[in-house]
Amino acid sequence: MNPEAKKTLRRLVIAVPLMFAFGFALVPLYDVFCEVTGINGKVFQSDYSEDLVKEDGRPLGLQFISTNNENMPWIFKPSKEVMTISTGKYYTATFYVKNTTDKKMMAQAVPSVAPSNAAAHLKKLECFCFEQQELMPGEEALLPVKLLVSDDLPKNIKNVILSYTIFDITDYRDDAIAHNEMNMEH
Amino acid sequence: MSAVIENHHDDHHHGPAKGLTRWLYTTNHKDIGTLYLWFSFAMFLIGGAMAMVIRAELFQPGMQIVEPEFYNQMITLHGLIMIFGGVMPAFVGLANWLVPMMIGAPDMALPRMNNLSFWILPFAFFILLSSLFMEGGAPNFGWTFYAPLSTTYAPPSVTFFIFSVHIMGASSIMGAINVVVTIMNMRAPGVGLMKMPLFVWSWLITAYLLIAVMPVLAGAVTMMLMDIHFGTSFFNAAGGGDPVLFQHIFWFFGHPEVYIMILPAFGIVSHIIETFSRKQLFGYSSMVWAMLSIAILSFVVWAHHMFTVGLPLAAELFFMWATMLIAVPTGVKVFNWIATMFKGSITFETPMLFAIAFVVLFTMGGFSGLMLAITPADFQYHDTYFVVAHFHYVLVPGAIFSIMAAVYYWIPKWCGNMYDERLGKLHFWLSFIGVNVTFFPQHFIGLAGMPRRVPDYALQFADWNMISSVGAFLFGVSQLLFLFIVVKTVMGGKKATDQVWEGARGLEWTVASPAPYHTFTTPPKID
Repeated sequence: MNPEAKKTLRRLVIAVPLMFAFGFALVPLYDVFCEVTGINGKVFQSDYSEDLVKEDGRPLGLQFISTNNENMPWIFKPSKEVMTISTGKYYTATFYVKNTTDKKMMAQAVPSVAPSNAAAHLKKLECFCFEQQELMPGEEALLPVKLLVSDDLPKNIKNVILSYTIFDITDYRDDAIAHNEMNMEH
Repeated sequence: MSAVIENHHDDHHHGPAKGLTRWLYTTNHKDIGTLYLWFSFAMFLIGGAMAMVIRAELFQPGMQIVEPEFYNQMITLHGLIMIFGGVMPAFVGLANWLVPMMIGAPDMALPRMNNLSFWILPFAFFILLSSLFMEGGAPNFGWTFYAPLSTTYAPPSVTFFIFSVHIMGASSIMGAINVVVTIMNMRAPGVGLMKMPLFVWSWLITAYLLIAVMPVLAGAVTMMLMDIHFGTSFFNAAGGGDPVLFQHIFWFFGHPEVYIMILPAFGIVSHIIETFSRKQLFGYSSMVWAMLSIAILSFVVWAHHMFTVGLPLAAELFFMWATMLIAVPTGVKVFNWIATMFKGSITFETPMLFAIAFVVLFTMGGFSGLMLAITPADFQYHDTYFVVAHFHYVLVPGAIFSIMAAVYYWIPKWCGNMYDERLGKLHFWLSFIGVNVTFFPQHFIGLAGMPRRVPDYALQFADWNMISSVGAFLFGVSQLLFLFIVVKTVMGGKKATDQVWEGARGLEWTVASPAPYHTFTTPPKID
């Protein structure tokens, strides 16, 4: 084979693992892209900021939805389904949760915001979705979420829906949980 | 382009080996091309048999022949086998046979890798098909294997599916690397890039697409493997992953894959229309640029498969416009073929019939594609039989008709005998009628709301489904006629001349018919 052909071959052989790696690189890229643009309803933890607080915010409906993932036996529901809030103010809402089984179980709630362009304006100071919940048989709890909707929320949005799906992660191995924690610590 | 016919003085000590090991150990591009073509034919018949099961079940509403679980396995395997076992290996086989002869090269650049890339394919499909006999059955999640259907809810055989996709990917990547190295480095002196036959151009672009996206597919199935067996959560929402991410990665591969299955067809049809119109192609360089534009655009349109997953408005608009933009270079190609035929002295031999049917029916598939590209309309069409009709129109009378046209066009060169023109025409008309009777009614039932991937359906879809099934049986049976014609031609028939077709141009028509085992061991001289 002539040297030119070898050069072509070498380039192509290098391109293959690079594209394979690119496939995997799409995973963090996707998360970064979603975080920057806030387009898939994912909400990440944010720090307390004085700048966000505003006395004369506008009124806004805040709705809570809870969903149990398939086979998740716990009772999981918002304490109050609808709140009228005002932008630029911190509020705490709670979700009631009860382990209805006779086994110790671990759970993870995954949030989503609708409409999706409201997600970037919803700031969570703390949320039960940033950690796992472990409940003993029959144990119940009130899970808090402390949040603020910033005043720069697009004017046409009069209602924001915050939904949580709760997953049973009891059988997940430790490395899976570690992976999960890594992802949630944004 | 004209060339001096080479002399064959050294043929006597370079003939093919005898017996079965000839095929196992061969590094000859013609042998490997033949292996690829027969393999894809076998897969075409197996995948076709599965299509017959699907259409038999859908012949009437209600459940008659198979269990719904088995039906799901049939649609999954039908798609995977036709794409990865039928269309793609057939094009690789044609590339093996034709690319070296068209550019005046003695063989492919990497003959041993060529042998390997073919011989791992039967194992991939053996693994995939063996999953039918495993506990829990074969993969049943559709050829697009969306997570979590293919991870959390998949049958245990999904691991075998993953490995078979890995092997298919390795085979395609090796084949593509071989094609690129051959085309870039082994052209005879005088065959500049913009003098290459269009089939060679189409395959050069296809090979680059394969090298770019097959590794991404391998990555996607590897992530599935890790989610299933190693406790990661790439696509599992409970662990912080995202199932929509799977669809992004899959279609980042999947959309260029669509063009991998149609670009070589563009090349084939250009040659055939040129030959039987007895005219030069209307615009060679515009054809090359159109293929390049289609290939580049194919990387920025993937999310048009995902309009209903909840993309933001800006993304939906972007992917809608980008998709519609592809109609421009595609239109350039269609008008080019029509302009080539315009005022030509056309004859209608079987390859030309298939090529003309390709232009007409592929354009129809393209138009239904444009309808699907309209985001708000797609919310209605998504996952209905309209989509099924669309992609079968671009794949069956598109890709597969072009492969059949290529076989009729080049088989006299391959085996030295003319095929039976009367039977060839019969095969064409049966296939043409069959394909339209099968897939045209699916537009109607799709628009009326029948979802895809269902073994049973509401009563109002009964009539069109029955017609569609009748068409499918006709199309299926006529492919046995195709098998008969090919075997008959290989066994004997009227001897073909070296040029075979009056209007044929290009280096492959300057060598003897059948093409000697070794061609262009000394490069041809090109004016």
